Amino acid sequence: MHAVAIDPGTLFTIALMALATYVTRAGGLWLASRFDLSERAGAWLDHIPGAILVSLVAPTILMGGPVKVFAALAVVIVSLRTRSLPAAMVTGVGTVLALRALQANLL
Amino acid sequence: MSEKNTTEGRITFTLAGALAGARRCVPIAISGCGIGLVFGTLAGQAGLGAGEAVLMSALVFSGAAQFVVLGLWVAPLPVATIVFATLVVGLRHVLMGVALAPVFSKLPRLKAYGSAFFMADENWALTLGEFAKGRRDAAFLEGGGLLMFLAWTGSTFAGGTLSGVMEDPSRWGLDFAFTAVFLALITGMWKGRSNILPWTVAAAVAVAAHHSLPGQWYILLGGLAGSFAGVARRGH
Repeated sequence: MHAVAIDPGTLFTIALMALATYVTRAGGLWLASRFDLSERAGAWLDHIPGAILVSLVAPTILMGGPVKVFAALAVVIVSLRTRSLPAAMVTGVGTVLALRALQANLL
Repeated sequence: MSEKNTTEGRITFTLAGALAGARRCVPIAISGCGIGLVFGTLAGQAGLGAGEAVLMSALVFSGAAQFVVLGLWVAPLPVATIVFATLVVGLRHVLMGVALAPVFSKLPRLKAYGSAFFMADENWALTLGEFAKGRRDAAFLEGGGLLMFLAWTGSTFAGGTLSGVMEDPSRWGLDFAFTAVFLALITGMWKGRSNILPWTVAAAVAVAAHHSLPGQWYILLGGLAGSFAGVARRGH
């Protein structure tokens, strides 16, 4: 077994993947610095971060069943109170683990 | 006006900023290690050697894209499909980069485009949080990203060599770690009732798109719909 051996075809594919990903990472910056943004575009930019974050989590929570909905509520309450990222993460993971254990024992 | 917050003040790029970014990303890097172990393990099962898996983690540095292509990784490699899938999964980065541009476009090119390589969902969101608080050290993104990069490549290697350690992350509740971090960030972004409409639209479109479209389109579509709803609301 050659754990560190690298197949040329695999290397080629990975290099193209790297290029594709970097183009998307640099593309937004490049586009925005090429064109002057109006005030309306600035207002649009303000709304992007929240809208993307909500889109990232909404399907996981809303289609993830009651365990994830309850865990999400717990996370929101804790982060409103503490404003701490680690506390929110521990709360989320802990609530999911506890509720799944409870669910498994009840069934 | 909040959009001015991102352009006022002096923009710096210091070691202290990078270290601050790395410190804030510690919990994210730790839970990222769990995901990296899983990726390394699954990559091994898909036929990638540990060296190849680490190379992919180092050059592509995108968990979402890497997990998606593992599903396509069969001999002979469908190269065009793999690269196209990577591009589609990465499209949300374009939108994220646009959001960073008011600050990053004022940096020297090498720093701005070097930082762009390290832009992931988590350190991007934390960096915008810093900018919103009035802190303007753009090295925050790269500092956090570098720590995540080390965690991601290191744990990919560990997963690739010690296979089968964490085949099911949901057993450890780790599948919810990132959701919890994102939720906490969303909570911090709440500015008042003006957020209700764009966030509801984003959530509804994301859920609908997640249900009906393959891959990661839901993030891009939800983000676009929600942000446009926010501007439309402001216009009246």
